[in-house]
Amino acid sequence: MSYKDITFSREELARYNRHIIIPHFGIEAQQKLKAASVLVVGSGGLGSPLLLYLAAAGVGTIGIVDFDVVDESNLQRQVLFGIEDIGKPKVLAAKARIGNLNPHVNVVTHNVQLTSKNALEIIEKYDVVADGTDNFPTRYLVNDACVLAGKPNVYASIFQFEGQVSVFNFTGNDGEKGPQYRDLFPVPPPPGLVPNCAEGGVLGVLPGIIGTLQANEVLKVITGVGETLSGRFFVFDALSFDTRTLKITKRPNTPAITELIDYEQFCGVKAAERKIKEISVEEFIEWLQAPEQIQVIDVREPEEYREVNIGALLIPLASVSAQKEKILRDKKVVFHCKMGGRSAKAIRELEDQFGFDNLYNLRGGITAYLERLS
Amino acid sequence: MATIIIPTPLRKFTDRRNRLSVNGNTVREAIEELAFNYPDVRKHLIDDHGKLRTFVNIFVSDDDIRNLKNEYTPLCSEDVISIIPAIAGGME
Repeated sequence: MSYKDITFSREELARYNRHIIIPHFGIEAQQKLKAASVLVVGSGGLGSPLLLYLAAAGVGTIGIVDFDVVDESNLQRQVLFGIEDIGKPKVLAAKARIGNLNPHVNVVTHNVQLTSKNALEIIEKYDVVADGTDNFPTRYLVNDACVLAGKPNVYASIFQFEGQVSVFNFTGNDGEKGPQYRDLFPVPPPPGLVPNCAEGGVLGVLPGIIGTLQANEVLKVITGVGETLSGRFFVFDALSFDTRTLKITKRPNTPAITELIDYEQFCGVKAAERKIKEISVEEFIEWLQAPEQIQVIDVREPEEYREVNIGALLIPLASVSAQKEKILRDKKVVFHCKMGGRSAKAIRELEDQFGFDNLYNLRGGITAYLERLS
Repeated sequence: MATIIIPTPLRKFTDRRNRLSVNGNTVREAIEELAFNYPDVRKHLIDDHGKLRTFVNIFVSDDDIRNLKNEYTPLCSEDVISIIPAIAGGME
C-alpha cells in the first residue's frame, strides 16, 4: 500500500495537528510516518526516548528487540519504565507504556537476543532500523544485517559524557548510498580498550539527548523532510558542550559484506575468555582469615575506589603493567574489580606479558563480596 | 598551535584534560607529541608497527584525514584535530 492511501481518524487528526500544520511537513509526512515500520534494537537508555518520540510522532509500526528485564538501576536514565515495571521483560513494559501513549501505534515485540541466525529475518520486515545497543558485537551485527537487507541504520552511541549520531547505509534522493559503520570503523577496538556503560558509567540525561536526536533522524529518513546525517557524523560532549558534525565518506577498501559472521569472535570477546584462576567469595573470605599470606588488588578507577573499597591496593586496569613491581610474586594475589571483568583482563595481561602464575580473580567482584557480607 | 580534542575514553590518560594544544606541523607530529606527553595514550592510537590504528578516526576540522593527506596532513594554528574512537554504549 502506498502512503498516499493512508487515512486518519478524527482522533488521529487531532492528535497529529501540530505536525500537520508545519509547512513542508503536513499531512503527507504524517501519512509516511503511519505507513512506516521501524525496528528499535535495544530498549534501554537510547531506546527509551527513541521509542517514546517515535510512538508519539505516529510511526505506524514499531518493533522492539530486547531480551532484558527492567532493573532498578535502569531507572536513572531509562525513562520509558517505572517502578511497577521492575522485573518485567523490557519489551512488554515498553509495549504497555507505548500503548498508553499512542494506541494508534502497532507495537511488535521481539523478546530475543539479536543473533546472526535471526537478525535478517527480523530486520527484513522493517523499513528503518535504529541501533541503540550497548556492545560492539551487536553493533557490527546490526550494521552488516542492514547492509545485506538494504535498510537504513540510524546509529547512536554513548559513553559517559559523550554521544555519537549518524545515519548509515542510507540511499539519498540522488540515488547514492551513503557510508556504513564499517567505512568508519572497519574493525572493532580490542576487548577491554573501551569499557561498557556498566563499567564506565553514563550520565543519565545523555541517552535522553542522544536518543532524541536519533529519533529526529528516524523521522527525517522516513519522511524525506530535511537533510539526514547520512555522510555526516555528529559528536556531542555533554561536559564541554562541544558539538561537531564531521564529514564521513565510503571507503574503497571496506570489504564487501556477504554474510553474517560470528561477531563475538570478530570482536575478540571469545578469544579473551581464556581460562584464568578464579576464587569464589566464600574462598576469598576464608583466605582473608590469614591476610598476611595474600595480597589483594583492586583494578577499578580511583573514583569507584573512593566510593567503596575493601582496603585493597588500588592499581587501575590501564596501569597494571606499569605498576607490576608492586604486585607480589611470592604470595597468592587476589584481583578484583566491580563485577570481575576488568580484573580478569588485568590477570591475562600480567600472565601473558610478565609470566605471573600466582594471580586469582575474585568471581563477581566487589559487588558479589559486599552482597555476601550483607 | 593546533588543538586536539581528546575523546572521553582517552581522558583518563590525559589527566582528564579534554583539549590540548600541540606544536606539531602535521597530524603525525601532533599525535606523537600527545603520546610523548601522555605515554598511556600511545597504544590506543598507534599500533606496534607505528601506524595509526584503524579503529580510530582522526579529523582535521570537519574532514577525515584519509581524505586529506592522512597522517602527513599539514596543520595550522587554528586547526582543531578530533580523535573519534568507536564507542558502543546505549542499551545499558
